[in-house]
Amino acid sequence: MNVVVMGCGRVGARVASLLDHNGHRVTVIDLHSSSFRRLPDDFGGDTVIGTGIDEDVLRIANIDTADTFIALSENDNRNIMAAQVARAIFQVPYVMIRIYDPVREDTYRRLGYATICPTTTISSLIIDEVMAAHDSASASQES
Amino acid sequence: MYIIVVGGGKVGYYLTKTLLADEHEVLLIEIDPEKVEAYSERLGAIVLQGDGAEASVLAYAGAARADVVVAVTGEDEDNLVICQMAKQKFHVGRTIARVNNPKNEHLFRVLGIDVTVSQTNYIQNLIGQAIPERSFIHLLNLRHADLVIVEATITERSPVAYVAIEDIVLPVECAIAAIARGNELMVPAPDTVIEPGDELIAITHHKQEDELRELLVAE
Repeated sequence: MNVVVMGCGRVGARVASLLDHNGHRVTVIDLHSSSFRRLPDDFGGDTVIGTGIDEDVLRIANIDTADTFIALSENDNRNIMAAQVARAIFQVPYVMIRIYDPVREDTYRRLGYATICPTTTISSLIIDEVMAAHDSASASQES
Repeated sequence: MYIIVVGGGKVGYYLTKTLLADEHEVLLIEIDPEKVEAYSERLGAIVLQGDGAEASVLAYAGAARADVVVAVTGEDEDNLVICQMAKQKFHVGRTIARVNNPKNEHLFRVLGIDVTVSQTNYIQNLIGQAIPERSFIHLLNLRHADLVIVEATITERSPVAYVAIEDIVLPVECAIAAIARGNELMVPAPDTVIEPGDELIAITHHKQEDELRELLVAE
């Protein structure tokens, strides 16, 4: 796979380095060069400084040959706009967007984007964990 | 009409004031509580604090019955998403987005925004009208006689390149006053030959300005 990852925060850096270790060609975009320090020393991909909503920056990041674009910046709206540029302008076949706001996530999923919402995903994980702990605690109390 | 304006910068504030003066029903959504407080004092209870890209804020603002949503924040990504949420979630008939980076104007149209407004493009067009070609610059209006002073930069392709002054048929009420060549400024003699790279300073009646431009720098 040729992958462009926008945003080199904790998640972006981890996704980029895991894909790189798995043998994929990865380019990471971030506004700040300091963010690239999160990448491991043996990272074999490319880094590009800039914003993923700028077509010129995406071109430098080899979006023309990418088959996957993953928007992982901290800003929902920037992720959404960059994803639309990747799909509408550069015809990237698979585009994934991280969106913190559940309503916006739902809206863009309906528009055909692959989306992931940390807010709902992590909330359900927490509830599951808490309920499981509670259930086993009350089960041991009963016994 | 009911119009929701999102973004209370200078554009949003004056737009709201103008729309109110035109007797529209207007609501301004702004995220910064301090601005909201200041605007509420000046405009009355038509300012709502919140993030215009949040569906709950748009719902509270009554987006479902809005005729138009105008997104004029300073960030293009916010303006895009505000308009798309207004369309997708609330079926607003007309969305207008301010485009800060002129390169995004085309993209926004592709992505379904009804109208885009780019201040940068607008100002650039105004400048373009004032200076139709960079090679021909309107320097000065002379107040008393409808005369203007213009500067024309001669290129290889200019019709008057390699032509002597006496052989140029100038429009009436035009005169080539000076030629800047290198570091020299000279008053042309009839036999002075114009060279590429010369900058001609000419005086003309404003009615002949276009004709003079054609003659000196037309491609």
